[in-house]
Amino acid sequence: MIDWGPLVLTFRLALITTFMLLLIAIPLAYWLAFSKSKIKPVIETLVSMPLVLPPTVIGFYLLVAFSPSNAFGNWLNEWFGLRLVFSFEGLLVASIIYSLPFMVHPIQAGFSNLSQSLIDVSYVLGKSKTTTLFKVLLPNIKPSLLTGIVLAFAHTVGEFGVVLMIGGNIPDKTRVASIAIYDEVEALNYGVANTYSLILFCITFAILLTVFLINGGYLKQIIK
Amino acid sequence: MIQLNIQKKLKAASGEMELAINTQITQGDLVSFYGKSGAGKTTILRILAGLLKPEKGEIIVQGNTWLNTSKKINLKPQKRKVGYVFQDYSLFPNMTVKENLEFALTKNQDQKIISELIEIVELGNLRNRKPETLSGGQKQRVALARALVQKPSILMLDEPLSALDSEIRYKLQQHILQVHNEFKLTTILISHDISEILRMSDYLFELESGKIIRQGKPSELFKFQNLNAKFQFTGDLVAIEKQDFLYILTIKIGKDIVKVIADETEGTNLVIGDKILVASKAFNPIIHKIN
Repeated sequence: MIDWGPLVLTFRLALITTFMLLLIAIPLAYWLAFSKSKIKPVIETLVSMPLVLPPTVIGFYLLVAFSPSNAFGNWLNEWFGLRLVFSFEGLLVASIIYSLPFMVHPIQAGFSNLSQSLIDVSYVLGKSKTTTLFKVLLPNIKPSLLTGIVLAFAHTVGEFGVVLMIGGNIPDKTRVASIAIYDEVEALNYGVANTYSLILFCITFAILLTVFLINGGYLKQIIK
Repeated sequence: MIQLNIQKKLKAASGEMELAINTQITQGDLVSFYGKSGAGKTTILRILAGLLKPEKGEIIVQGNTWLNTSKKINLKPQKRKVGYVFQDYSLFPNMTVKENLEFALTKNQDQKIISELIEIVELGNLRNRKPETLSGGQKQRVALARALVQKPSILMLDEPLSALDSEIRYKLQQHILQVHNEFKLTTILISHDISEILRMSDYLFELESGKIIRQGKPSELFKFQNLNAKFQFTGDLVAIEKQDFLYILTIKIGKDIVKVIADETEGTNLVIGDKILVASKAFNPIIHKIN
C-alpha cells in the first residue's frame, strides 16, 4: 500500500491555494482590467513573472526572504510567530505567488471582454461598484472564473521547483506528490512512483476535461 | 429645465475636435439630437448621465447642480437618476427579462412598477426569457422598460431604433411617445432618421463636429414651414415607375404602402430610398364614418 500522505497534502495545498487566490485575484483582475493607472504595466508584469521565471528562482528568493535570519523573515517570526521556511504555510504563500497569473489572467480577460455599457447601465441605475461587481460582472464571467480556478488548482498540483526550494521534503508537512515521485525514483521505487504519477495524471485529466466540457457547452448539448 | 454648458476635447476619426455645447432643454419636451456619426451626440448623453466628465462646464437640472467644474461639483451617475437606453441595449445576459427590470428597483421600491411596465411595453409572455433569446425589438423594449423602473424625470435614448426594421420601429416610436407622456418625461433622443424626428420630437438640435449648428422645431428646420398642407406624412420611397409623362411613386408610410403620382419635375429628382414628405391640401378628402 502506498503512503497517501503526499497526495492528500497536494490536494489540500491546491484547494487552499485556489481559494485564497480567488479572493486575491478578483480585486486584482478588476483593477488590472479597468484601471488607467500609470503603474498598471508594472503590476501586470509582476503578476505575469511566474509564467516565465524558473520556479527555482521564485523558490530561491522566497527562501531568502522568509529565512528567519533575514529582516523580513525575522519580522514575520517575531510579530506573527510565522516561520514560512520548510512549513506548510510557507508552501501556501509560495504557491499563491507561483499560480497567481493562472488565476488573474482568465478573470482579467473576462472582465475586459464585457461590454463597458453593462457597467454604465448599472451605474446609471444607481448601483454601487460592489453591487455591479457581484450582480453584473462576476455572474457574466463564470467561464473565466472556472478556467481560472481550474488552472490555478492544476498548476499548484503540478508545482515542483518552488516546493523543493522552500518546502523541502518533510512528510505530511511539505512532501507533496511531485516531490514524493522524485524521491521514489531516486530510491529506485519505480512502482510507487508510477502509482503516484498515474493518480495525478488521471485526476488532472479529469479536471481539465470537465472544464472544457462545461466551457465548450458540450455538457449542455449532451443533457439536452 | 436642463441647462447644459459643456466643453470637452474629443479624439474623433478626423483628429481632435472640441465639443462645445451651450443650450437649454425645456422640461417635458421630447428633443432630438441629429447629426453625422462622430458629431458628439452620444458624448453629450454620456456627460449628462455622468459617465464622462467634461473639461469645463456646468449642468443644472431643475435647479439642481449636477456638474460645475469650477466649483468641483460632479454628481456621480448613481446620483443623477436618469433613464438611459444604450445603443446596444446592454441587457444583463445573466438575468431574465423580469430580473433585468427588478435589478433596476431602488431599495424599498414598490414591485408594482415592474408589472406595469411589462404591460406597457407588451413583454408579458417574455418575462422569464433570457436576453439572448430575444429579437432586437424585444430587447429594445426591455431596455426601455428597465430605464423607466426608477421613474426618472429624464429619459435618454441613444439611437434606440436604428437597428430595427421599419414596422417594429414604428411600434417602438409609439411606445416611446406613450411613456414620454404617461411618465411626464423630458426625453432626449439621438436619431439619424428624419421621419422619426419629425414624427416624435418637439425640438431638434443639429450637431456638426461638436457644435450645435441649427436648432428649432423639426418641421421648420427641415424647411416644410411654407407648405400650407392639411395632411402630411413622411415615408420612404420604395419604387419609382415612369408611365408616359407621369411618375408613379410607391411610398412606405409607417406600415402602409401608398402609391402617388408625381409629375416629371418631381419624379426625375427622386431615387429609391429617399425620404419623402407627402402632403395634400384638403380640398377633396374622402370621409368615412367609422363608429
